[in-house]
Amino acid sequence: MSEKVIHVEEHRDDEASKLGMWLFIFTELLLFGGLFLVYSIFRAEYPTAFHQSSLELSVTIGAINTIVLLFSSMTIAMALTAIQKNDPKRALVFIGITLFCAVAFLVNKYFEWGHKIEHGLYPGSTLMPFLDRGHLLYFSLYFFMTGLHALHIIIGMTLLIVCYFKVKSKNINSKDYVLLENGALYWHLVDLIWIFLFPLMYLIT
Amino acid sequence: MANNTTHTTEYRVLAKVLLVLMFLTFLTISITSFHLGAFTVTAALLIAGLKGFLVLSNFMHLKYESLLLRILVGMVFVLFAVIVLITFIDYAYR
Repeated sequence: MSEKVIHVEEHRDDEASKLGMWLFIFTELLLFGGLFLVYSIFRAEYPTAFHQSSLELSVTIGAINTIVLLFSSMTIAMALTAIQKNDPKRALVFIGITLFCAVAFLVNKYFEWGHKIEHGLYPGSTLMPFLDRGHLLYFSLYFFMTGLHALHIIIGMTLLIVCYFKVKSKNINSKDYVLLENGALYWHLVDLIWIFLFPLMYLIT
Repeated sequence: MANNTTHTTEYRVLAKVLLVLMFLTFLTISITSFHLGAFTVTAALLIAGLKGFLVLSNFMHLKYESLLLRILVGMVFVLFAVIVLITFIDYAYR
């Protein structure tokens, strides 16, 4: 009797998965890039209004959120390191910390936006049409850009929650972790956008 | 198979990158509190660019990726710079 050896080729290409994720990240970068461009043009057109409006934002809250996001970016990178080192328990802890930071960021944002909304500053409010053009543009862009960014935080969190359970069920392991890698890439993108949003919105006055 | 050839970044390295990023954040906040006009804007954007570079190369592992991917990422930023330049030229001469 001759033995038959069946070699099953696994249909997997991590390089291609990662390249696909990067291509998606490129579209995201250009999406936010376009918004940054709109912001720069109107900033050049209405420098005083943008200056006055940006003073309304709290640098402290912005700085806390920056640090929270930078820290979470490091912990998700560490989660990937842990899974590569075949240490899923530690990876779960790191993903957990990242998710906690994401919630902290959103809570901060809630209070920040809540403060503005209390003062009648929100898109569609009765106060907004009475603002002059520069102020109106600044606050519209502020709400749109930070809102779109917050939406990305929520999408990133969803992706990381999926990763969390897949690590738990060992579907993501030291031999197959491209999903966590791509999830982490997305989370770094969210951090990357905030790195530019923070100085433009809060600091340059 | 080309899978699992990724470089593993040590915890130590990641922690060091975070420290540098925190320092740069602190630096931007202190520089922008001086209100020096165009200088402040340039400084803030340069520091943000440096932070972005650190995140891309270390956290996003671009340092260890293929040349193709690194060139592609570079091209996106070049493309964005060209769009910004063209828009501002259009805006300045209309």
